Amino acid sequence: MALNQPMATRSSGKNRLEPGRKLSRDWPSAYTVRPLGEEKTNLKRTSLYDAHVALGGRMVEFGGWEMPMLYSGIATEHHAVRKAAGLFDISHMGEFLFDGPDALKFLNQLLTNDLSRLEPGQGQYTLLCQDNGGVIDDLYAYRLDRDRFLLVVNASRIEVDWMWFKAHRNNRHKTLQFEMADRSGDLSATALQGPKAAEIISGEFPSAVELKKNQITELDFGGTSAWVSRTGYTGEDGFELVIPNDRAVALWNQLLSLGQALDLAPAGLGARDTLRTEAGYSLYGHELTSETTPIEAALGWAVALDKRDFNGREMLAGQKQDGVSRRCVGFKMTAKSAPPREHYPIFSADGTDREIGDVTSGTQSPSLGCGIGLGYVETAHAKAGTPIEIEIRNRRFPAQVVKQPIYRKPD
Amino acid sequence: MSDVPTDLRYANSHEWVNVEGDTATIGISDHAQEELTELVFIELPEVGSQLTAGDPCAVVESVKTASDIYSPVSGQVIEINDALDTEPGTINEDPYGDGWFFKVRLSNLEEIDDLLSDKDYAEQVNT
Repeated sequence: MALNQPMATRSSGKNRLEPGRKLSRDWPSAYTVRPLGEEKTNLKRTSLYDAHVALGGRMVEFGGWEMPMLYSGIATEHHAVRKAAGLFDISHMGEFLFDGPDALKFLNQLLTNDLSRLEPGQGQYTLLCQDNGGVIDDLYAYRLDRDRFLLVVNASRIEVDWMWFKAHRNNRHKTLQFEMADRSGDLSATALQGPKAAEIISGEFPSAVELKKNQITELDFGGTSAWVSRTGYTGEDGFELVIPNDRAVALWNQLLSLGQALDLAPAGLGARDTLRTEAGYSLYGHELTSETTPIEAALGWAVALDKRDFNGREMLAGQKQDGVSRRCVGFKMTAKSAPPREHYPIFSADGTDREIGDVTSGTQSPSLGCGIGLGYVETAHAKAGTPIEIEIRNRRFPAQVVKQPIYRKPD
Repeated sequence: MSDVPTDLRYANSHEWVNVEGDTATIGISDHAQEELTELVFIELPEVGSQLTAGDPCAVVESVKTASDIYSPVSGQVIEINDALDTEPGTINEDPYGDGWFFKVRLSNLEEIDDLLSDKDYAEQVNT
């Protein structure tokens, strides 16, 4: 959930080994999208930057941040998360706090899911939409107390989201009683993910293991409050921890040390992307943009149409009732091929030989050992089991629409 | 510091060339494999195809991305490393040995003089 630019891969889907110079450290990551004229010195660094460098992290640009793409290797870190545990720096993500008797009313007007369904200590996946249903961001909203809410938003969308909230606060909802604060600058966050995450976190936060999926609590870390939630972006059990910047390194090191005997590995954005793709999770800028709606993105479960009113409701209710012309699906390559990549065209495999959509995320799945991806196809082709074809460098390769998650752990 | 063997010539696009008589073996440098990260797929030129120096002739794919490989020399492909098809990770493990890409019968031996020496290439990647 953290990218606003298209991947650097061009329409050919290929990077170019740039001759005549050393390959820069951020090359050839698909995350390297640098606005023209912006020097690397303008990149933001999280409180954990030095820790990443000390661990041998390969730092790349990601949505204006200098983040680790990998430490030991993407596939290695991916497998660590599936089999043991991985620790991710997600400090680039944004945190907004809303506090006051009308905070619920305000947020429920702007977000698609229904915050009134949450008890204090619970969170939910939700989306921020324009009136036309286009997605501004996807995020997690937590009800910390009855009238107090924490929103965790994508790094690349912090400014846009905040402007949106502020504009609505100042225009349409002037009289509502609540305060809002953008805490992104002074809060860090880490994600501890994998089957051994609970065992690892119990060494520092014994009560964290009592959290159920999507629950959040405030816990003490050596005199500093941290929010700990049972959430993640990998398809594994796990926790996300939000803590003030000045304690981020201590928490990171403590978790690494607790996990040392349990094969915990620091994990970078590369593994985060392969894990979330296998899990079928959307990434802003790819599956979700201002041109796509949650219904098209197959996220209707996070749209509470039974709420009285909210931004985008009319459009989304119409789409829900009348159906949509295209839909986001997961797919697997069914014969040997290069991995699918963003922007590759998708063709029908029913003999009509028509272009029916395109890939929005694609990778080699480390868990399955084949190419997998997410993409939009015409609704008639969106059913699991439907054969489709992916065009890779002017050749078509067979694939199949699959149920999500694309990778499911064997029981 | 990436490894730059002294007995090879290099293209500034990070391929290496081992010339024996009128035959050249081609692969990618240690620096290139490291920057590309774990390779999961490779497309090699067909045996018999004619390559022109500087033209894209192969594609390597890591988990994250696809990259073109450029032929550092001109000539006809006489052999390709089929083993890479099932084990592309060999390129990461042994870029100058078992990770070789293909062999070419050189059509223009003078092109070799345009390639970088190990010293010049090491300067490009290790400074």
